[in-house]
Amino acid sequence: MTGTLPATESALDTPLEIGGRAFRSRLMVGTGKYRSSADMVRAIEASGAEIVTVAVRRVDLDRSKDESILHHLPPDQYFLLANTAGCYSADEAIRYARLAREAGFNDFVKLEVIGDRETLLPDTEGLLTAARELVADGFKVLAYSNDDLIMALRLEDAGCAAVMPLASPIGSGLGLLNPYSIRTIKRRLGVPVVVDAGVGTASDACVTMEQGVDGILMNTALAEARDPVTMAWAMRRAVEAGRAAFLAGRMPRREVAVPSSPTKGLLE
Amino acid sequence: MPDLSITLNGRPRSVPGPATLDDLLRGLGLDARTVVVEHNRCIVRRPKLGETALAAGDSVELVHFVGGG
Repeated sequence: MTGTLPATESALDTPLEIGGRAFRSRLMVGTGKYRSSADMVRAIEASGAEIVTVAVRRVDLDRSKDESILHHLPPDQYFLLANTAGCYSADEAIRYARLAREAGFNDFVKLEVIGDRETLLPDTEGLLTAARELVADGFKVLAYSNDDLIMALRLEDAGCAAVMPLASPIGSGLGLLNPYSIRTIKRRLGVPVVVDAGVGTASDACVTMEQGVDGILMNTALAEARDPVTMAWAMRRAVEAGRAAFLAGRMPRREVAVPSSPTKGLLE
Repeated sequence: MPDLSITLNGRPRSVPGPATLDDLLRGLGLDARTVVVEHNRCIVRRPKLGETALAAGDSVELVHFVGGG
């Protein structure tokens, strides 16, 4: 692509491959916390996301109407990635993952094993245990992790299809707190690195993609925006811009100024 | 056969017996295609719902996908 303008945005990039499947969009979105299902559907459409996360919960038997999210998200249109959100042990997460797989859409799971209710930071020990067991059981595991290189390497060794380090805590909107860690994880891992959680606005998404990671997963940044559809529009472009900037290769940072205009030919 | 006392999604519930898991779903007006059934901590696949009988004291979980991140 060097020196030529791509005919379309998608020509800028290669597809994102995870667990043997190829995806056009590097932006993945959650489906929680929207003010209405209509808002959610329009925001997801505007985001251009193909991978959409869902949670597994008890059917509310007091409601006469079935509130399954599948009413709003046709499974033939989106790739439904079930999470194990809300699980605080490896055993719980494994149970949820198996229930999700039984719903019959795919064998991918976004594995979360949470270790602390205030920060929702991962329980890395439980995460690794659950990852090993689910990989052995045939799952394609996308592991929600902290931004620690050693943990990321262990998750890769465990057979995870992707590692998903956080930008900052879930739902915090604090943006990318440690670009160095994320860059290092990306540089050292062979499997895709998808930053999950913490992105608050479009510039966060752009800076995150500029680190070279393979994608971003976000939920609250869209759901809690005053206008989720417009924010989804912005996020889509921020992810594309950040990715393109990474591929283009940025100029070096310098501590001194270098003039942009010729220094020759100046008037005496 | 008397009613069966089971635990359904964590709450006590009485179901007219005899009943299979399929009968339970029908009684609740739920579509088996959108629900996953766990019977005494074991997942029961859809084709087996009609042949899995409920017994008193059983624990059943009915789950589905909801919005999440």
